[in-house]
Amino acid sequence: MYRIVRKEALKPTVILYEIEAPMIAKKAEPGQFIILRVDELGERIPITIHDFDREKGTVTIIVQTIGATTEKLSHKQEGDCLQDFVGPLGKPTETEGKKKVCVVGGGVGCAIAYPVLKKFHDCGAEVHAVVGFKNKDLVILEDKFRAVSSVLKICTDDGSYGQKGLVTQALQELLDEGNVYDEIFAIGPMIMMKFVSKTTAPYGIPTTVSMSPIMIDGTGMCGGCRLTVGGETKFACVDGPDFDGHQVDWDLAVKRNQMYSEFERRKYEETCNLFKKEAE
Amino acid sequence: MPNMSLKKNEMPSQDPNIRNKNFLEVALGYTEEQALDEAARCLNCKNHPCVGGCPVNVKIPEFIKKINEHDFEGAYQVIHETSSLPAVCGRVCPQESQCEKYCVRGIKGEPVGIGRLERFVADWHNEHSTEQPARPASNGHKVAIIGSGPAGLTCAGDLAKKGYEVTVFEALHLAGGVLVYGIPEFRLPKSIVQKEVDGLKAMGVKVETNMVIGRVCSIDELMEEYGFEAVFIGSGAGLPMFMHIPGENLKGVYSANEFLTRINLMKAYRADSDTPIMDLHGKKVAVVGGGNVAMDAARCSKRLGADVYVVYRRGMEELPARKEEVEHAIEEGIIFKTLNNPVQINGDSEDRVASMTCIEMELGEPDASGRRRPVEKPGSEFDLSVDAVIMSLGTSPNPLIKSTTQGLEVNKKGGIIVNEDGLTSREGVYAGGDAVTGAATVILAMGAGKLAAKSIDEYLMSK
Ligand SMILES: Cc1cc2nc3c(=O)[nH]c(=O)nc-3n(C[C@H](O)[C@H](O)[C@H](O)COP(=O)(O)OP(=O)(O)OC[C@H]3O[C@@H](n4cnc5c(N)ncnc54)[C@H](O)[C@@H]3O)c2cc1C
Ligand SMILES: Cc1cc2nc3c(=O)[nH]c(=O)nc-3n(C[C@H](O)[C@H](O)[C@H](O)COP(=O)(O)OP(=O)(O)OC[C@H]3O[C@@H](n4cnc5c(N)ncnc54)[C@H](O)[C@@H]3O)c2cc1C
Ligand code: SF4
Ligand code: SF4
Ligand code: FES
Repeated sequence: MYRIVRKEALKPTVILYEIEAPMIAKKAEPGQFIILRVDELGERIPITIHDFDREKGTVTIIVQTIGATTEKLSHKQEGDCLQDFVGPLGKPTETEGKKKVCVVGGGVGCAIAYPVLKKFHDCGAEVHAVVGFKNKDLVILEDKFRAVSSVLKICTDDGSYGQKGLVTQALQELLDEGNVYDEIFAIGPMIMMKFVSKTTAPYGIPTTVSMSPIMIDGTGMCGGCRLTVGGETKFACVDGPDFDGHQVDWDLAVKRNQMYSEFERRKYEETCNLFKKEAE
Repeated sequence: MPNMSLKKNEMPSQDPNIRNKNFLEVALGYTEEQALDEAARCLNCKNHPCVGGCPVNVKIPEFIKKINEHDFEGAYQVIHETSSLPAVCGRVCPQESQCEKYCVRGIKGEPVGIGRLERFVADWHNEHSTEQPARPASNGHKVAIIGSGPAGLTCAGDLAKKGYEVTVFEALHLAGGVLVYGIPEFRLPKSIVQKEVDGLKAMGVKVETNMVIGRVCSIDELMEEYGFEAVFIGSGAGLPMFMHIPGENLKGVYSANEFLTRINLMKAYRADSDTPIMDLHGKKVAVVGGGNVAMDAARCSKRLGADVYVVYRRGMEELPARKEEVEHAIEEGIIFKTLNNPVQINGDSEDRVASMTCIEMELGEPDASGRRRPVEKPGSEFDLSVDAVIMSLGTSPNPLIKSTTQGLEVNKKGGIIVNEDGLTSREGVYAGGDAVTGAATVILAMGAGKLAAKSIDEYLMSK
């Protein structure tokens, strides 16, 4: 079983879990993910590896509570165990040989962006970071970002912290200021990654995005995670999750992710009701 | 006196119009009486042609004779000498093209129901036997098995009996391979597979789930760091194929693997499962393909409330699925649109599947495989209105093991190359089952696991 050794609510709905998984910790690289199941009959959900400690044998993940499974997870406490935890899956992000990069993160995607950003930094690149949140209350990991980036722009939709507006505006400003990047790396909601890719396209800057389609096995067996990239079918769990943002068929990817919205809404309600009843 | 009836004893089954709404087992199994009556049809032929048709040469007349003698446990022991998964094979072997194809009773009338008898004997054993598998004394040698399908489970079992310390590494959270994620409950109850896995554990086999070999640890590391002296690769052929036609990534297009995994492994048909599946009540589904996988996908769709078409480019005669599955599918109300091939899937404004454009086919000259090649009839395109499409076109071996193992050779189709002992191009590394042959059958995978166990034993004993 996979024990939760540390749990820390970064925000009420954004929770960090440090999980005992020595073999995964030994192999994990930035950009890779794990798949977990909270309990028997639970769904398999993919979560990016935020950090790992090879000596301690732990893997850290940051999870946003948005539906039934992440809600169930949020009720697990330190010392509790997860039913299943498998990885590291997917290809690591390529961070070698870059001189200057800009990492763009949106919302909880920032949790995923962090290890990639740090690896770029450790590989000797000059790193700029643009991170966006809905409002001040949802800002996470600011200190960690500051420590590894020479320019950090924090945006909030409502202007309650940092600069008001979308990450694409802040990115545009950096580009207008004459910054030339070897690569732009975007992680966040699909719609954000789509517009980051649109923003960088006229500049011809290689833009990598970390795709998050619906997955089941994560080993290339089901094909459920497939995307159309450059006119070809790719399996995000084995060919990705990183892809060339200028080649992704965004509209299809966004729609495929909404495949089960109705079921998900219903399950979420059921789960919340269940926990409410237990609390009574 | 043999029973000279020309017909097999019929298999008692759930009524088609009831079973096509539930996931309980379709075929209920022979009663003792039926089994005895069927066993009496065997002529105990001296040259027993049936045995040659079985890939693992189950001693068919011998086990049937034991049934005649009311010695059901004895019959089980005879089968178990050569087959480790009789309860599974009795249910899923394509008997009509293997053992039963060569049965002399089939020359005039129907062959002996060998598979049904095998199932009867195995179920009888599972129900009545209280004997716990003994835990053999360890011989101190460690062997790693990758994949817990029929190939891996069989190899593990045979080695464990000889005293090897065996660890099975499985990528998914449950052991059993296709037997748990692919073949549906109504054809192969999962409790049967679980019993096999529990039996192995009782013999001391360690089963490590959630271990994707090649990612969490490579074969080289298993051998160098973890002290495994030999490795058996039974990783199957899990990579689904697509047709690469327009519209294949629309919402509502599944690979059969995804659809069946959601249903079988994740239990999406149950209300208490957290895994979603498309709501198919009152919807139309097209299943593309004609093999066992297609039949399973079609019959699962039916059970989820859909009207189902099987779209296959050859004719009814050419369907590669087990005969019984096709018969069951027809009884359950599945509509066969044979001699048709999809050319495009069309979506609505939300990118949901709305219809599939097909073209009619006719059979031309025989191809290399001897089957008549389907050719398109020009101008015969038509639209089939459907809400979901399930691609059941076959699978190929997953490249992960190959790409992470130095010097492991594979053929053009990605199958691992082995010699007649099941040995790969790497010393101490053996392989078998679908990972070698591409998608095949349970019994062939099991046979390959047995062969590799024997070779691994000889290799380690002579080292
Ligand atoms: C490679 C990858 C990495 C990810 N990393 C993180 C991460 O680090 N932190 C984080 O909070 N989230 C991450 N996600 C998203 C996370 O998997 C979903 O939030 C989670 O599955 C939601 O489950 P739920 O039951 O709570 O919500 P639901 O109500 O089931 O779903 C809410 C939304 O999440 C998405 N989703 C649902 N099921 C899946 C699934 N099986 N696979 C992928 N997406 C799904 C859909 O867009 C859906 O509309 C990642 C997804 C992928 C594919
Ligand atoms: C839907 C369906 C219906 C079928 N019906 C029939 C039938 O009626 N009769 C019949 O005879 N045959 C049938 N078959 C075919 C039969 O199931 C297969 O030929 C057989 O299961 C192959 O056995 P295997 O042990 O080689 O591989 P599999 O059963 O595929 O098992 C391989 C296992 O290895 C695991 N694995 C893969 N890669 C890794 C890795 N890197 N690390 C760790 N584990 C890994 C997989 O998760 C899987 O559990 C059917 C197949 C399907 C898909
Ligand atoms: S194992 Fe399969 S082929 Fe062999 S006798 Fe049994 S049913 Fe027939
Ligand atoms: S060929 Fe048929 S009748 Fe003869 S021994 Fe085999 S099963 Fe019996
Ligand atoms: S999640 Fe199944 S193939 Fe990628």
